[in-house]
Amino acid sequence: MKTSNIYLMIFVLVLFAIALWAIVPLDSDRFGRQGLTLGLDLKGGTYLVYEADITKKDTSQTIDEAMTGVVGKIERRANAFGVKEPIIQRQGENRILVQLPGEKNVDEAKKLIGQVALLVFMETTNDAQGQPIRDTAGNIQWTPAKATGTDGAEKELTGKYLKPNSKVMLKQGTNEPEVAFEWNDEGAVLFEQVTKRNLQKPLGIFLDNQMLSAPTVQSVIKANGVITGMAMQEAQSLAIQLNSGSLDLPLKIIQEQTVDATLGADSLQKSVVAGAIGILLIILFMILYYRMSGVVATLALIIYGVILTAIFKLVPVTLTLAGIAAGIVSVGMAVDANILIFERMKEELRAGRTLGAAVDAGFNRAWLAIRDSNVTTFIACIVLYWFGDTFGAFMVKGFALTLFIGVALSMFTAITVSRVFLMAAVRIVKNSWLYGVKA
Amino acid sequence: MIDIVNKRNWFFLISLCLLIPGIISMIVFGFRLGIDFSSGTMMTLRFGTTVDQAALRQEFSNLGYGEASIQKTSEGDYLVRIREIDTEQKEALMAGLKKDLKTEVTVRDYYLVSPLVASEVARNAAIAVGVASLCMILYIAFAFRHMPNPFRWGASAVIALLHDVLIVMGIFSILGWAVGYQVDAMFITAMLTIVGYSINNTCVVYDRIRENVRKGISRDFAVTVNASILETIVRCINTSLTVILTCLAIYLFGGVTIQQFIMALLVGVVVGIYDSVFVAGPLLVLWERGMKTSPKAG
Repeated sequence: MKTSNIYLMIFVLVLFAIALWAIVPLDSDRFGRQGLTLGLDLKGGTYLVYEADITKKDTSQTIDEAMTGVVGKIERRANAFGVKEPIIQRQGENRILVQLPGEKNVDEAKKLIGQVALLVFMETTNDAQGQPIRDTAGNIQWTPAKATGTDGAEKELTGKYLKPNSKVMLKQGTNEPEVAFEWNDEGAVLFEQVTKRNLQKPLGIFLDNQMLSAPTVQSVIKANGVITGMAMQEAQSLAIQLNSGSLDLPLKIIQEQTVDATLGADSLQKSVVAGAIGILLIILFMILYYRMSGVVATLALIIYGVILTAIFKLVPVTLTLAGIAAGIVSVGMAVDANILIFERMKEELRAGRTLGAAVDAGFNRAWLAIRDSNVTTFIACIVLYWFGDTFGAFMVKGFALTLFIGVALSMFTAITVSRVFLMAAVRIVKNSWLYGVKA
Repeated sequence: MIDIVNKRNWFFLISLCLLIPGIISMIVFGFRLGIDFSSGTMMTLRFGTTVDQAALRQEFSNLGYGEASIQKTSEGDYLVRIREIDTEQKEALMAGLKKDLKTEVTVRDYYLVSPLVASEVARNAAIAVGVASLCMILYIAFAFRHMPNPFRWGASAVIALLHDVLIVMGIFSILGWAVGYQVDAMFITAMLTIVGYSINNTCVVYDRIRENVRKGISRDFAVTVNASILETIVRCINTSLTVILTCLAIYLFGGVTIQQFIMALLVGVVVGIYDSVFVAGPLLVLWERGMKTSPKAG
């Protein structure tokens, strides 16, 4: 055996050993990674794409400032709601990608994080009889409550001036939920003027233009107050929203995918079974058809599988259902290089070459075809990754990424792993029938 | 020796027989587009008790979703497709189903695409297909740059590919109205993967032709091509067979979620064998023979 082959063999075995150590057991901590990273379709969760209406932007802000603010507030809301490891990212100019892994109460979470939640205090104007003015339909006409701030400017009294410490309380006696809030210094100044002006009159509390409650002001209040008129869940959401601050831009869901955790677990288990069966079929076929070479291919396949899993774990690559399918399909593609090499070897053996020369010729001549054919798959993967990235298609992206890694690795294993093992095999087993040619 | 090249007209005829029903179906019925392209809401529902499909249809109609398309999956869940709805409407819908059908409802899978996103997906899919095809033609022309007429080789390979893609599209158009198969972003993914993969076998055959032309095994290009096809036919079938085995395993045991996607891959790879062996090589000969003035290669 040539020295270069011995070095290559040592390299392959060391690589295999490291990869094996990295993934056995799968949930061990290796290089700071534990277990495989599963996508939302396998562990359950929600993937949302929000679009912000930037035409509603406040003129004092740039689009970037407004969007950054919204992203930060959504993050605070998701964390306060109790979502584990939420991912919130700005996408393009006016979109926000939100991933809520493992969240069971999806609809509540969606309403909580996507709502503008602008709290506004409104007052009425009274007529000569001291009755609030109503419109023709008989509804009370509300106008935003304004007051003079510490800097002398007139300001609307909104949730902007609340301290971020609102919390849900139960009203004594009735046990109704209410949200207790506290004003900051500026808010206290404004609220004092508004309550003084509206003594014994109703003060409307509106959330995004919907009235929550309209208590009658009993005394001049400075520091704090309560909001009533909600169910428990709504009160909890409101408290979180008030603490995070209202969103500067209204949001709309333009894409959503939610997968139930049980379906995800189901998919994962089925994929593993399908993968095991698929790989067994390939091994069976390779050994029956290519005999000794098939055994070498199987060894190469095992090393391929271990290194691929190690890459998935250590990078880490987020595995989706389509990604696992790509991983399995890539095993079928990985042996293609072996088949091309073995077929070439058989031809060389039939042409009367020795086993060693046939292996060399097989690898050298098959290389062109292997290279040409895989480049086209790479092109497809790169284009698909871009395509999947332009909208929220994690299935498409996962498939493209996994297939790319799989095919790239398969080229490596075909030209190194198969080669050194086959070189070793032809030293030990010299019967040419075992390589698929009549002796 | 089997003469594939001289019987090429027969194989082209078989190709036509495979192509025509699909093309008619595409023209007459088109595709059943997934919500990736047409927008809307798609969900997989599982009920606590057995719910009759007709009753479910009626219930959706009663709740104001007369347009609902309802399919039962092999796992006993229902795949329902309706227009785009917001979170409040979704909650109302689920509450309505639970109340009227008197059973628990689990939303196993929920997918919503707004018209804005759908139009972007459609546009990007077209760009992706266009860019991928262009890159592959360029690469193939590059790979065969030392041959006389590299463009001819590239174009023949691409025609063989289009043949593959058209057959799969035709089959999916037929499956669309027959069993409700949808064309969505994953279908585009399958098609591009097929394009990337199926060209492998064509490359193997063309590589061999290139090698045999250099060796000068025959003065006759048709004979060279035929010999090359026969020399590579086993490996073409075997390489595809291993992919077919893995796809079959996923199709049979991998669950319904990706069955349609795997089906598209499977059909594409199977048809791809036919292209590489019976279409790609003979096309080169057809082109060569059709231009009598060009000197014979080799």
